[in-house]
Amino acid sequence: MNGMHDIGGMDGFGRVPYRDREPVFHEPWEGRVFGMMMTRAGEVTPPTLDASRHRIERLEPREYLALSYYERWLAAKERGLLEAGVLTAAAIAAKMAAIAADPAAAAVRHEDAVFAGKIPRIVAEGSPAARPTRGRPRFAVGERVITRNLHPHGHTRLPRYARGKRGVITGYHGAHVFPDTNAHGRGEHPQHLYTVRFAARELWGAAAEAKTYVALDLWQSYLEPDATPRRRRAAASGKAQRKRVR
Amino acid sequence: MSEHDDGSSHHHPRPLSAAALRAQAIEALLAEKGLLASDAIDKIVEIYTRDIGPLNGARVVARAWSDAGYKQRLLRDGTAAIAELGFGGLQGEHMVVVENTPRVHNVVCCTLCSCYPWPVLGLPPSWYKSFEYRARIVREPRAVLRELGLELPATVEVRVWDSSAEVRYMVLPERPPGSEGLSEAELSALVTRDAMIGVARALSPKR
Repeated sequence: MNGMHDIGGMDGFGRVPYRDREPVFHEPWEGRVFGMMMTRAGEVTPPTLDASRHRIERLEPREYLALSYYERWLAAKERGLLEAGVLTAAAIAAKMAAIAADPAAAAVRHEDAVFAGKIPRIVAEGSPAARPTRGRPRFAVGERVITRNLHPHGHTRLPRYARGKRGVITGYHGAHVFPDTNAHGRGEHPQHLYTVRFAARELWGAAAEAKTYVALDLWQSYLEPDATPRRRRAAASGKAQRKRVR
Repeated sequence: MSEHDDGSSHHHPRPLSAAALRAQAIEALLAEKGLLASDAIDKIVEIYTRDIGPLNGARVVARAWSDAGYKQRLLRDGTAAIAELGFGGLQGEHMVVVENTPRVHNVVCCTLCSCYPWPVLGLPPSWYKSFEYRARIVREPRAVLRELGLELPATVEVRVWDSSAEVRYMVLPERPPGSEGLSEAELSALVTRDAMIGVARALSPKR
């Protein structure tokens, strides 16, 4: 989806708010939200990683920008719980009021020692996205490709700034779960995954920084072979134009 | 104000923010229904605040600086070489390590969300997840790096790795001059989180 999350290349944000040192979680509630997300708390049908990302992307753009990072996670979590009918907005409001009046109202726990005991292993083993390869990859390292001009309303990992752009395959990762279907419960449909390298000038025009490249990991269905003759490629990337100006 | 500076929090606590209230309300409601595991959440928080962080990645880099064979394995199959040191798992299932050289500078980002190699660097810092970094690092990496104090010569090629799939990237920084003869432990102290993201160089050894 062309959501607020797809932010690469936007102007106007100013300096990066760099800090050398900061706590992992700025306030305890951020850690609890992280933990609820990671343990799929309250989920009737636990969302895939892709579905979790899509929940955040679906936040209304003004809300997406106004919220802090873990506030977005919390808003996405709440939305999932409301949509699944696990909680109601009224119940959440009532509990918030109760906790505001008496913080002890938050001191409710439910233990699951068996699950808690499995957490270190879950963290250490991870959840690989690679799947057995079906069919041979369409592209080889070194091959020129052009990304398709796709604008799905659902989840995708092809950012806007890299659509309809020419690049070169520089890596191959085997078949990986396809987020565009997996995020919507339509199956994993693994596809060959490639690293594609784009010249900054191809992405951002002739005024782009020199000797600069951006690499993205892209699934096969995002890509077409680039059959453009060399001369036209140069023109499209602004090189020929600059020569004429000189 | 000073009356709270003794670290006690048992009386007059700071009023909770709306987000904190909402998070607590949701957690309490789910706990009442038996739909979450409080102890599992405790464990996750403990692991990512105490056990996993950039010291892991620093050990990987120090090993690569000290052992040419390891470095070769690391650049060829990052996941397997990192696993040799006992690191791996969530958000590091498919690791690629990219090497900085006098000619090439690599920097890692995630424009679409906040993808980051957790097993070697821990959870990402706020600035990495900021709109500013996500929006600008792919468009004007040299300008962003300059603002962060890293001025790259025009002759150096810049490669930005935008983590759009489940492949996670870590930068192998250049070994700093003057670090010859240092032990692996001493070398790892020169490797910062920022150097492994690619927004800084490794530290220079103190003379």
